[in-house]
Amino acid sequence: MTGPSFHRPVPLRPMPVFEAHDLGCLRGERAVFAGLSFRLQAGGLLLLTGPNGAGKSSLLRMLAGLLRPAAGGLTWDGAEVWDDLGAHHERLRYLGHGEAVKPPLTVAEDLRFWASLRGAGPAEVDRALERFALSGLAGRPGRLLSAGQKRRLALARVTLGPAALWLLDEPTVGLDAASVERLAAAVAEHRARRGMAAIATHIGFPGEDAQVLAVDDFPPIPVEAEALEEGAW
Amino acid sequence: MVGGAFGALVARDLRLALRQRGDALTVVLFFVLTAALFPFGLGPEPNLLARIAPGIVWVTALLAVLLSLERLFLADYEDGTLELLAQAPLPLEAVVLAKVLAHWLTSGLPVLAAAPLIGLLYGLPAEGYGVLLAAMALGTPSLSLIGAIGAAVALGARRGGVLVPLLVLPLYVPVLIFGVSAIDTRLQGFEGDASLLLLGAILAAALPLAAFAAAAALRQAVE
Repeated sequence: MTGPSFHRPVPLRPMPVFEAHDLGCLRGERAVFAGLSFRLQAGGLLLLTGPNGAGKSSLLRMLAGLLRPAAGGLTWDGAEVWDDLGAHHERLRYLGHGEAVKPPLTVAEDLRFWASLRGAGPAEVDRALERFALSGLAGRPGRLLSAGQKRRLALARVTLGPAALWLLDEPTVGLDAASVERLAAAVAEHRARRGMAAIATHIGFPGEDAQVLAVDDFPPIPVEAEALEEGAW
Repeated sequence: MVGGAFGALVARDLRLALRQRGDALTVVLFFVLTAALFPFGLGPEPNLLARIAPGIVWVTALLAVLLSLERLFLADYEDGTLELLAQAPLPLEAVVLAKVLAHWLTSGLPVLAAAPLIGLLYGLPAEGYGVLLAAMALGTPSLSLIGAIGAAVALGARRGGVLVPLLVLPLYVPVLIFGVSAIDTRLQGFEGDASLLLLGAILAAALPLAAFAAAAALRQAVE
């Protein structure tokens, strides 16, 4: 059984690559951006910058498989993401604008619920609590948490279970300086384990060798917007 | 994995409902109080009350369940939970069924448990109680399932709370008809009526239909 011929074949590409090709985004009748491309490799950090309304959140929702691109494609290791959305969702953790904190549930109950969905054990819950200095708040119900504490709980949730890709939408909003440092450390550790992260921010985020993608550098030109509305998808 | 996640979601919703007991209590109290109002309006005529009892129980049960539909998805939609559930490793159809099960346990089941009380109030003949409970056990899950479609479709809409009854009430009519006729025929002394079978058939059809339709509507809502 253990002979060399039974070894799993070495994958051609041991390090995953996440790529966007000519993405276009429509919100209602309005074209938000067009022709946006990037290439994110294992351990990479992508910072999405741009003024309010540039489409950072929409882009993150596309990367999270929540919003279908109006044009272009997203590939993971060359395979179209939308062809197997379940597999994509399995490998990503998304933090949106909503913290999804339930007023009657305690911090620990909240984390335990999401851990059980992600197949993470109690040890991981404890580590997530510690990582964002929530251990002292573990028994506190969601309705008594401050905005920053809710944010920390939502961030702690992101760290549950192994995931190749973190997608964070303005994660530092409402956080104090110490919590921003804790988040930066968590992202750095995630990258050190060859994980990728894409973070939308308008104030910057501490991290080494970040690729910066200014979403407002991809304005839709009117002709393209019309072509999109014709129904590119 | 999917089974564990399904159970975890049901347990979470039940825990939320237990901590916010007011919501579930409102449903039962609404059911009992509304049903208790009719005799005041119709007068204490025992024969009349016994005859209309099945209809009153079903109509008020239906309205009570309707009252609770808005909380099925709305809170999860507003606080971002739905987005996360859409990315959870269980299909959105299973998410819908888990939430419907929790909803039924905290609305349909208490209403079912309170139904004999209304029967008593209306002087329902003794042979009617068994079939009343059987019909409600088969019918109320369909109310939650069909209601889930309406609740999911109304999510993005302005004034969704008004939209849900308009969408859902017409779809409740078959359950109402067969629910009432199951009890009526039994009270008239007939055995082996098909109404209970038809209620079962509605439930069997609503189970997959509601899962797919509500999941499709939720996907639209989170986009």
